[in-house]
Amino acid sequence: MESLVLDRPAATVPTMRHLDELEAQSIYILREAFARLKKLALLWSLGKDSNVMIWLAQKAFFGHVPFPALHVDTGKKFAEMYAFRDRYAKEWNLDLRIEPCPPIDAVDPTLPPAARSAARKTEGLKLALAKYGFDGLIAGIRRDEEATRAKERVFSPRGVEGGWNVRDQPPEFWDQFNASPPPGAHLRIHPILHWTEADIWAYTQRENIPIIPLYLARDGKRYRSLGDADITHPVASNASNIAEILIELNDSKVPERAGRALDHETEDAFERLRAAGYL
Amino acid sequence: MTVSAQFSTSPLPGSGRPQLRIVIVGHVDHGKSTLVGRLLHETGSLPDGKFDALKAASERRGMPFEWSFLLDALQTERDQGITIDTTQIRFRARSRDIVLIDAPGHTEFLRNMITGAAQADGAVLIIDALEGVRDQTRRHGYLLHLLGVKQVAVVVNKMDKVGFDATRFEAIRDEIATHLTGLGVEPLAVIPISARDGDGVAAFTDRIGWYRGPTVIDAFERFRTARALDDHPLRLPVQAIYKFDDRRIIAGRVEAGHLAVGDDIVIMPAGKKARIKSIEGWSVTSAPEAIGAGQSVGITLDRELFVERGDIIAHGGTAPASVRRLRVRLFWLHENSLAPRASVVVRIGVMQVRAVVESIEKAIDPGDLAATEQQEIERNHVGEIELVLSQPVAADRYVDSPPTGRLVIEVDGRIAGGGLILSAQADERMQPRDIVPVSSSLGADERAERFHHRGAVVWFTGLPGSGKSTLALALEQRLFRGGGSPILLDGDTMRTGLNGDLGFAPEDRSENVRRLAEVASHLAHSGHIAIVAAVSPFLKDRAEARRIAQAHFREVYVATPGDVCESRDPKGHYAKARAGEIRGFTGITGDYQPPDDAELRIDTSSAEVAASAEQIEQMLRHTGILLDLKK
Repeated sequence: MESLVLDRPAATVPTMRHLDELEAQSIYILREAFARLKKLALLWSLGKDSNVMIWLAQKAFFGHVPFPALHVDTGKKFAEMYAFRDRYAKEWNLDLRIEPCPPIDAVDPTLPPAARSAARKTEGLKLALAKYGFDGLIAGIRRDEEATRAKERVFSPRGVEGGWNVRDQPPEFWDQFNASPPPGAHLRIHPILHWTEADIWAYTQRENIPIIPLYLARDGKRYRSLGDADITHPVASNASNIAEILIELNDSKVPERAGRALDHETEDAFERLRAAGYL
Repeated sequence: MTVSAQFSTSPLPGSGRPQLRIVIVGHVDHGKSTLVGRLLHETGSLPDGKFDALKAASERRGMPFEWSFLLDALQTERDQGITIDTTQIRFRARSRDIVLIDAPGHTEFLRNMITGAAQADGAVLIIDALEGVRDQTRRHGYLLHLLGVKQVAVVVNKMDKVGFDATRFEAIRDEIATHLTGLGVEPLAVIPISARDGDGVAAFTDRIGWYRGPTVIDAFERFRTARALDDHPLRLPVQAIYKFDDRRIIAGRVEAGHLAVGDDIVIMPAGKKARIKSIEGWSVTSAPEAIGAGQSVGITLDRELFVERGDIIAHGGTAPASVRRLRVRLFWLHENSLAPRASVVVRIGVMQVRAVVESIEKAIDPGDLAATEQQEIERNHVGEIELVLSQPVAADRYVDSPPTGRLVIEVDGRIAGGGLILSAQADERMQPRDIVPVSSSLGADERAERFHHRGAVVWFTGLPGSGKSTLALALEQRLFRGGGSPILLDGDTMRTGLNGDLGFAPEDRSENVRRLAEVASHLAHSGHIAIVAAVSPFLKDRAEARRIAQAHFREVYVATPGDVCESRDPKGHYAKARAGEIRGFTGITGDYQPPDDAELRIDTSSAEVAASAEQIEQMLRHTGILLDLKK
């Protein structure tokens, strides 16, 4: 894990000021969620985005994460991810809740294979929601990741079934958030919705936030985005540290989720998954 | 326009260059998508060969090329090299990075237009030269002003359709400039363009040789980027007070001004004074000594004061007023009109407070030139309203401090409208003279630790015989057995002593309620749960009780049907009233005004006493009165 301590940034990274603004806004959102909802959890996927989110929560609450970190576990993550989870759950003093997913047979058989596999996670999430009765789930999605995520609100209401109605979203402006889910429904809270992939890496570097080594290139390949081991593929890369990742992103025309099979099966697979409650 | 793209051809986002967020608004079909496509092309933001390929494809099919095809193509090809999102496009202008925000032109998506436009530093208002200024043009112009987007460039598009006629352009320019100036928005430029052909977008052409202003790209260079309000008076709204360890940290975001360790501050609306002892941080080697606008911070004070969410920390001399009556210019998005006397929830920053709409003026459709004033504010309309808040809060006029001078109104927990505070009147409550109140030396936290609850006023209202006293007694028992400190204030019982001089005329009833509320409020301040059972038939009296008890107040409406109450008649009063022996008896000869905003509603004709008491406890737990002991 020594390799996780990274060199200081080269010249062309998002500026201090820009990162400070992003950080202040995310902290504001996390504190609003904590003040206005009764039973919160943070969805910890173990990836770079949710690690930044946990870091921001520690800043917002002065070294504490005052809600559970929920890992909805498909059981098919990379070994490095599980090792990371077990180490940092302790180090960050997290109230870690690991929730399993149902078998694949329980999932909509009309979805393409990878989407079906991802939909398992949605089912696992629904079970966890029913078990704990959370009224707010903090999730690390970003607008720049994917077309349907761009339409999201910061506080995004979900139906009783966990569904997302993109056509009937409430207005959200002046940092005023709709925080009153009807009984049985819940809210998704998106504290890093306004960040970009480059912002995440620049901040990870500035703050020295630990990452899973799979993000760094080995033998000409690295993972840009981490999901289940069987439906996530590495991209060609020689970036062996974050500074090099930032330079690579600068030159790349390949989208971040290109290695995520589920995005590419059919045009509407992702939208269908999100409408059903996928992140 | 529903498509946009983030191009990674440019250097890293935010690499030291200023970022400018621009929203494109205007009537549907006035050419927003075409302008976006053209802008991407002119700024070299498109992938190599994309434009030529699409043009060739159009020619093969015998169709004229449309710039909006480009956006469609980008969306469907998002997996082949470009990250697309549907609300924001990033590209580079000469000296800055531009984020274009999509704002739908359809009326039914006005809430989405508002959500998008509120994030913008500036706006481009697009008008079709052939159609001219339309209702949605005016409506969007009006909303930009209400959203605080002051920098607006107007483009008069499709000049090719009017033969690049300068006279036509000038007529539209004058009309829209007059409209915007009337709203206090000075347009930065009014630009004649043909987004389809490129005139006026990035370059001048002979066809608009008569025009002397900037191009669209030039105009982008003239917009000012967002600037934190460092030079304004300090405004630190309190988001929360954290006690995760031995520190008692007041957390919030500095909305304006700056603060430093050692500053003398005042906490509004109460006006308490203290000094900043420290600025707290995590993962920083040394916490900063001073901090400016835009930062989320935590501070500690040099003394223990009762501070709560919604208070505003400021410097003495430049502190916000403590206000109860506000005049607000409002836009309304809810499907039900806003009517006078409506009881609403208002949020000013993080402060949430109940309010009554006292009056409505100038309610109009901002899109309709011939609009006449209405009594109510309809969906997508605007107006000026007078709000009376249930308790004094700290707030500013919008012109003095935008972040603490604007508010939203919630209906059923959903944002239904937003507005700017035009003027605010100070708290009307009489300030006692020559009276020096003595404060207890025990803190609220200390008491809460003993009782496992915070102080509260649980106010039972309902018809005589509805079961108020029964429920009050049951609640008292439960709280007491749980180690709490409940104190019962039964309306009838109090009338035998403290209120013995009062009758049942409306003004006597008001005074009765006021005294009960004052006593209950005092008990709540001392950490007890005062349980009041009183018919308290009038809305305005209960609103006054809520104002007196402020955040301690929890109203329980005992909504047992009148016929059930009468059949019970525990004190024989209904029978006497029917016989004419009691006059002005609520439920028979006197009105009862049921609350529509009580924290809880219980019908004792269908619910058991124990279950109801349990329900009340749950409400008290959910609203932060009963404290969980699990930690």
